[in-house]
Amino acid sequence: MRHLLSAGDLSRDEATLVLDTAKELAQVGDRSVKKLPTLRGRTVVNLFYEDSTRTRISFEAAAKRMSADVINFSAKGSSVSKGESLKDTALTLQAMGADGVVIRHSSSGAAKRLSTWVDGAVLNAGDGTHEHPTQALLDAFTMRERMGRVEGLRVAIVGDILHSRVARSNVLLLATLGAEVTLVAPPTLLPVSVRSWPCSVSYTLDEVLPKSDVVMMLRVQAERMKDAFFPTAREYTRRYGLDDDRFAKLHDDAIVMHPGPMIRGMEISAAVADSPRSTIVEQVANGVSVRMAVLYLLLGGSESAIGN
Amino acid sequence: MCAQKRAEGDIGADAKTVLEGPEINRALTRIAHEVLERTKGGADVTLLGIPSRGVPLAERLAKRIEHVEHLEVPCGSLDITMYRDDLRMAPARSLSPTNIPPEGIDGRTVVLVDDVLFSGRSVRAALDALNDLGRPRAVQLAVLVDRGHRELPIRADYVGKNLPTSLRESVTVLVDEFDGRDAVVVGPARSRGARPTDTAAGGTEEAK
Amino acid sequence: MTDTNTYLIRGARVLGGEETDLLLRGGRIAEIGPGLDGGGAATVDARGAVALPGLVDLHTHLREPGREDAETVYSGTRAAAMGGFTAVHAMANTFPVADTAGVVEQVWRLGRDSGYCDVQPVGAVTHGLGGTTLAELGAMAESIAAVRVFSDDGHCVSDALLMRRALEYVKAFGGVVAQHAQEPRLTENAQMNEGVVSDRLGLAGWPAVAEEAIIARDCLLAEHVGSRLHICHVSTKGSVQIIREAKRRGCDVTAEVTPHHLVLTDDLAESYDPIFKVNPPLRTADDVEALRAGLADGTIDIVATDHAPHPIEAKETEWSNAAMGMTGLETALSVVQSAMVETGLLDWAQVAERMSAAPARIGRLSGHGRPLAVGEPANVVLFDPSVSREVDPAAMASKSANSPFRGRTLPGRVAATFLRGTPTVLDGKVQ
Repeated sequence: MRHLLSAGDLSRDEATLVLDTAKELAQVGDRSVKKLPTLRGRTVVNLFYEDSTRTRISFEAAAKRMSADVINFSAKGSSVSKGESLKDTALTLQAMGADGVVIRHSSSGAAKRLSTWVDGAVLNAGDGTHEHPTQALLDAFTMRERMGRVEGLRVAIVGDILHSRVARSNVLLLATLGAEVTLVAPPTLLPVSVRSWPCSVSYTLDEVLPKSDVVMMLRVQAERMKDAFFPTAREYTRRYGLDDDRFAKLHDDAIVMHPGPMIRGMEISAAVADSPRSTIVEQVANGVSVRMAVLYLLLGGSESAIGN
Repeated sequence: MCAQKRAEGDIGADAKTVLEGPEINRALTRIAHEVLERTKGGADVTLLGIPSRGVPLAERLAKRIEHVEHLEVPCGSLDITMYRDDLRMAPARSLSPTNIPPEGIDGRTVVLVDDVLFSGRSVRAALDALNDLGRPRAVQLAVLVDRGHRELPIRADYVGKNLPTSLRESVTVLVDEFDGRDAVVVGPARSRGARPTDTAAGGTEEAK
Repeated sequence: MTDTNTYLIRGARVLGGEETDLLLRGGRIAEIGPGLDGGGAATVDARGAVALPGLVDLHTHLREPGREDAETVYSGTRAAAMGGFTAVHAMANTFPVADTAGVVEQVWRLGRDSGYCDVQPVGAVTHGLGGTTLAELGAMAESIAAVRVFSDDGHCVSDALLMRRALEYVKAFGGVVAQHAQEPRLTENAQMNEGVVSDRLGLAGWPAVAEEAIIARDCLLAEHVGSRLHICHVSTKGSVQIIREAKRRGCDVTAEVTPHHLVLTDDLAESYDPIFKVNPPLRTADDVEALRAGLADGTIDIVATDHAPHPIEAKETEWSNAAMGMTGLETALSVVQSAMVETGLLDWAQVAERMSAAPARIGRLSGHGRPLAVGEPANVVLFDPSVSREVDPAAMASKSANSPFRGRTLPGRVAATFLRGTPTVLDGKVQ
């Protein structure tokens, strides 16, 4: 059984297959019967060790639209909070016959560890500061829908790159799909070896904006301030926030993305977030389509069509 | 998600062509006339091709109907992949487009168009798919070739050619739009066994 | 097992030299030479095996008292014997911490009772390893355990003033502070070596500078106050350079490297299997090369195992929740053969210096690390470098199975270990 653990596991053909499949499945959301029988009788477990209502709901909607049986297993109030180890939980899921396990965990690599303990397909729904591959897929899908292509797009990813699983997955996937990525952040929020990544790096948002087709704003957690990654929220916003003036520097077709949940005012101004060039709402809808595609490709056949 | 062009190697050296371009043309023209007759002028007909090779055949039928009756027939495609009963017998397949014409299918006479009718399982899947999309007034089935060996109680309303075959044979339809020529070719089945439900073994007609 | 037993070792290659015989009698080496007549002595056929003085480990975690689920003095000393060790220094991070004369004497006694290997307790530098007040170093030194090595291992004595005081204080009884060099603020929640791999894996980085900065500071401090300093488990190229420079200037510093840091690299973390999670973390191939060179040229004085047993549940978990550490006693000599001898960096005499004589000197351990000569204590290991084995932690004497070498094929095998003339291992089996 194959898994989706890292955006880097996908070849260009596989990533394109996911996006193409998602494109077809997006229609299901517009139909009177928003359901396909494809995964009938298959069990998908949502194993969430972190609170993330939006990601869990997105996976749940995706699995249910494909007629899978969905079991939500949240760490809070379960045996997990009583100290059960991930491995014991994995063995429980195994005994329940889970065909697919969607895992969100605060520890980098938890999805990969889980994949060594269960027979079912493991979908990484965010592991620590490592990766969040379906977020990258839905971002690429959103870009393709809006811009008609991904290859050759100039994508600026702005914010806390160091702690961002979204950034890691996006850098890998966008490089695979041929986009030109520029990471924009204060040096403290960039990994030390970022120059070895398949992307460019800038410390200055104002220089990058006019040359960008897509601007992806990442969440910056306020607690980073305590750890001295930047002096104050105000200074961060002044240098890296997407306010109305900066927004005006973008060319007319450029779009603004945010994986949510966003901090209006700090990373992005309210006017920008609500502008028609912001894709924040459609990212949510696209998330369901992309996750349906991934579930179908991993679980729909006798063996996975991706992640090989 | 485009149909793959069928390579010569797919067809096999000892395959024989049983229908050539002109015969296929005549068969489609005849089906067009029959559709008009049976639907009393075709006023509420919607043609839906089953990908991949049912789609160009549906488009050709639409053109012929338009030519004969000066009537624009809505024409689209209906992918059945997600409704197949043999999904778990092969790796997950890529999807083909489903394009439902803007008129929708509620209250219409939907004519499903496919290249080959074999076990009937593809048509069963198509009926399920239609059911999730709306409620047609009637559903009819047009196929270019009926090769027999049904496994479900399904029959075609319009048949280009009945082609009695052995389960040890495969029937392959080539269409100009994808393959550069029109032909129906019969050859030996390419792999073990000959159960038509087994896509790996049956004919290409089941492996869309 | 009594030390009145007499053993005739036939055909051993002392320090890798020509085959000869050794007669062990009364706990001492009675005779060395070809064709010895052992009389009624039990004969050990050691043809092809290298005879080395019993190995001394300056850095072992025996876990007792407190974590007997991971290791006990009994199981740990059996593991040590299987690895060819005749003396180990038991680190102080037990529960309770070995920061009083009472605890160190308890550990020392447990070692005596086990009889497989001498156990020399290491005393904590600070009370409860808390890093704020000095433990009663003098009381531990004067106890029956005669502690000479003091370490907060697992924790860095990061307070510069406290470190200065400790360095000065232990001079009174010939002690040495063994520093676990890890700047705490630079390594908060750190999971693995900071670099290309950690950035890709999203695991919090553990920069080399966090080790190097402390080593540089402590070398300067030791130089200033004229004290001995020992650096535990050196893991980076920069650390080797700093120590080399400090020694050149005359600083009385010694350093150790673990077997695993001589061969394993940080890319192993890509499996996210915490069997490769260790403190200090596995570094890059560049660091491994520098550590080998440092051990070869004497910048790094000794190999010490940092044998750190953990129960299986501490490792069968996600990386960030897993315990740090690897077992090492039973693979150390094989790893050194592979990394240092087969590469031509060390000969067996130099291995004996780095794994027996020098650690005994640093630990002020009399009766260990002595040359293989007539009249010396009969602490001898017979090591057959010609065989190879697949590492199977389940078959090891240690209570824990967290060997990073599991499943790997390593050269060499300890055929026999003698502690003061008594075999603790014979025919590769613990006695």
